[in-house]
Order: sequence, then structure tokens, then C-alpha cells
Amino acid sequence: MNLKRHCISLVLALGFVSLAVCGQETSIAVASNFSAPMQKLVSTFQDASGHHIKVSSGATGKFYSQIQNGAPFDILLSADQETPERIENEKSGIAHTRFTYATGVLVLWSAREGFVDSKGEVLRNASFHHVAIADPKLAPYGQAAAQTLQALGLTDKLKSKLVQGENIGQTFQFVASANAELGFIALSQVFLDGKLKDGSAWIVPSDLYRPLHQDAILLNAGKDNPAAKAFLAFLKTDKAKRIMQAYGYQF
Amino acid sequence: MIESVLNPSNLQAIWLTLKLASLTTLILLPISTVIAWWLSNTHSVFRAPISALITLPLVLPPTVLGFYLLILMGPHGPLGQATQALGLGSLSFTFFGLVLGSVLYSLPFAVQPIQIAFEAMGPKPMEIAATLRANPIDAFFSVALPMARSGLISSAILSFSHTIGEFGVVLMIGGNIPGQTQVLSTQIYSHVEAMEYAQAHWLAGGMVAFSFLVLFTLSLLNPRATRVLN
Repeated sequence: MNLKRHCISLVLALGFVSLAVCGQETSIAVASNFSAPMQKLVSTFQDASGHHIKVSSGATGKFYSQIQNGAPFDILLSADQETPERIENEKSGIAHTRFTYATGVLVLWSAREGFVDSKGEVLRNASFHHVAIADPKLAPYGQAAAQTLQALGLTDKLKSKLVQGENIGQTFQFVASANAELGFIALSQVFLDGKLKDGSAWIVPSDLYRPLHQDAILLNAGKDNPAAKAFLAFLKTDKAKRIMQAYGYQF
Repeated sequence: MIESVLNPSNLQAIWLTLKLASLTTLILLPISTVIAWWLSNTHSVFRAPISALITLPLVLPPTVLGFYLLILMGPHGPLGQATQALGLGSLSFTFFGLVLGSVLYSLPFAVQPIQIAFEAMGPKPMEIAATLRANPIDAFFSVALPMARSGLISSAILSFSHTIGEFGVVLMIGGNIPGQTQVLSTQIYSHVEAMEYAQAHWLAGGMVAFSFLVLFTLSLLNPRATRVLN
């Protein structure tokens, strides 16, 4: 009886000690396309490590200017490779911490069942009013969509039907609300447990656009933050990769 | 430098913004005058709820308005189904969709100055006009409207400038189509995001100067008109 009570207080004490040691907090800026897997990654990581993560999701370009102006993020999970590289060159991030955490997949998606065929022929028939893409100037997935249309020789034909979302999240909203019949978005937005959640989709062949390698970088604010470093290490584990794969990311 | 700022796409955005703001103001003035007159004279039980409804866009974030408009105007929304039944197609991603959004968004800014002017006038002038045998419509145009002149001017300035500054709603329902829905505020935002700071500076600075000039000129011409703003 006495022993049991001792054990409980020992566990409690150890718990507090481990919390005090491990329970660090870190802020991470995440590209919009990665926000769904990020939630799952964060809860898995927090349960295992005791660290606490605050996530902000948004457009990579916006995070770049915020970081340049002293935003207190420890890590940037970018939607591209150029932004982390620029951040490193401009000394806002820690050198040699950049790595590709995932490679995104572009998908042509419609909220309507059977609207998008498995070969993307729907684009040539053009029996729709609007096709949504993210702004190619601002969003890597928008750039990939523009490259795909170029590769298919459809840029001019579909020009009058293009509507642009400010980021990939807004582009998804245009299509999900059926204001645009279809649109180019990130596979992770409509993919769960290795399959399409709803609607119809064409997974754009990867030779039609430049690969969407997404890089992470440790920022100056996170230099001495053990939680930030632990999360970056966690992203490289098989466990994390399995989670990302379930949302359609590749490696 | 100035050539790169006055490129066709920026010029188009400036022109479109002015067109949107003018059209919105033209639509809002008569609607707001009627609403303001009704609100300042009625004893109906609907006065309070209608007044609250009209003030809603003032307190709601533009994203809320934009989000609901997107759903309402979409093919499954009631408005979208109505416009489709009329053969007009869907209003989202069109200039007229933006006009509708702007009218709703700027409604409280247009109604309130006129309502304040009517209420300040009180019932007396209309009663006197009636004793001089002016019929109510005649009295409204020849007595009430001229007396509410400063309110009407404030209403027009506010509708115009508020529409020029509109951003969230346009972003949500516009789709950034050049010549259709790509207005100044979204263009500036896009320049900033793409790190084209020089272009952003010119357009943003131009907007600040323009807004200041409009308000300054109007307060010189009509000191009472801008008093409602404060």
C-alpha cells in the first residue's frame, strides 16, 4: 500500500520534471496546402514529446515578408524551395537547416461526382464556366497549375475562364462552394487515408509541372529552441512520413 | 519608374475601381435616401430589427460578408439559382457581383449620414410645407432633400471612398480577373505579396493622396458635410 503511494508520487514528480524539461513551446509558420497533415503531425508530436506547438497557416509569400519584419516564428514550412533559400541567404534563418520535408501533388478537382475524368479530358471539352487556380505569382501550386495548362496547350483557350484565389486555401473554397466547377488545388486538401474524400479528381501527371518540393528551415528565433529542433527531426522520421503520405504527399 | 507603375494592368485596376465606386454610389444614394427617410419617420415595430440589419456590415468582418455572398451567389445558393433561372448565370467572379457586394458592404455608411440629417431636421419643416398645401412628395423633394443636403453629400463621399477601400469582400468573391474583378486594393495586395514593393508603394501612396484630396476638397466646399465623419 505504502509502496504504491510512493510510486504514484514518484510518477507524478517525474511527470512534472519531464514537463519542465521537455515542455517547450514553439511557433511554426505553415504553408496553407500543408495545414491538414500539420494538425495530425502536431498532435502526434505533442503526445510523444510533451512539447507544445503553435501553428499559423497562410501564404508562403506573406510569411516571408513577416519573417523579414521580425515575426517570432521558429520554423517555416514553406510551399516552395526558393523562399527558405532566400531566407537563409538573407540571414533570417539558420544555415544548413534547410531540407525538403515533402513533395506536393497537384490535382484537378471538382466537388461534383464524375465531373472530372481520370485523364483530365474535361479541360479540353471546356464545358464549364470557371476553372480556379491559385495566383501563379504568389502560390507555387498556382505556378504548377499554369505550367500544366501551358504543357497541355490550353493557356489561351481557358484564359477567359480562369479565376484566381489568393492562396490554395481560397482556391479550394471557390471549387468546394461550386462557384467554380473545377480547379487546380493541392491533393492534400481532398485526400485522406490514401483516397479521395469526395467529388472527382484527376491527379496531374508530375511531368506536366515542375516538382513541388517543399522545404523547411529553422529561423533565427528558433535557434536555441529544443522543441523546434525536435519537431524538425520528427519530420524526417518514418512515422511522420507515413502521416504525410496518407494526405497524398510524396518523397 | 512611373511607366512601370502605369502599366496596362494597374491602369485597368484603377479604372475598374473608379467604375465600381461610382456605380455603387449611384445605386446607394436613392436606396439609402428611401431607407433613411423611413427609419427617421416610422414608428413600426420593424424599425429596430431593420436598423440593426442595415448596420450589420459595419460590425461584421468583410470576410463574413464575402463568405456568405460566395455561398449565396454560388450555383447551389438561392441568389445563384435565381440569377441562373433568369439566364444571367452566376454573379460570383463578375463585376456585377462586386457591385452587389459593395452595395451591401457600404449600405450603413450611406444610410447613416442621411438618417442623421433627416432626424436633425425634425417633423416641423414638413408640417409647415403641408400647411402651405404642398403634397408630401412635393414637400419631400423641395423641402426635406435640400435640407438634408450635407447628409447626402457625406453619404456619397463615404460610399465612394469606402468602396474604393473595399478589400475583403472583393478578395472572397472576385477571383482576381483583370478588367472584371481585379481592383486597386487587391492589386496592391498582390504586389506586396509578390514583393513588388515599388509598384505597391506607388499605388498605395497614390491612393492615400487621392483619398486625402477628395476629403480635403469636400471639407473646403462644404464644411458641414464632413462633420458627420468625425
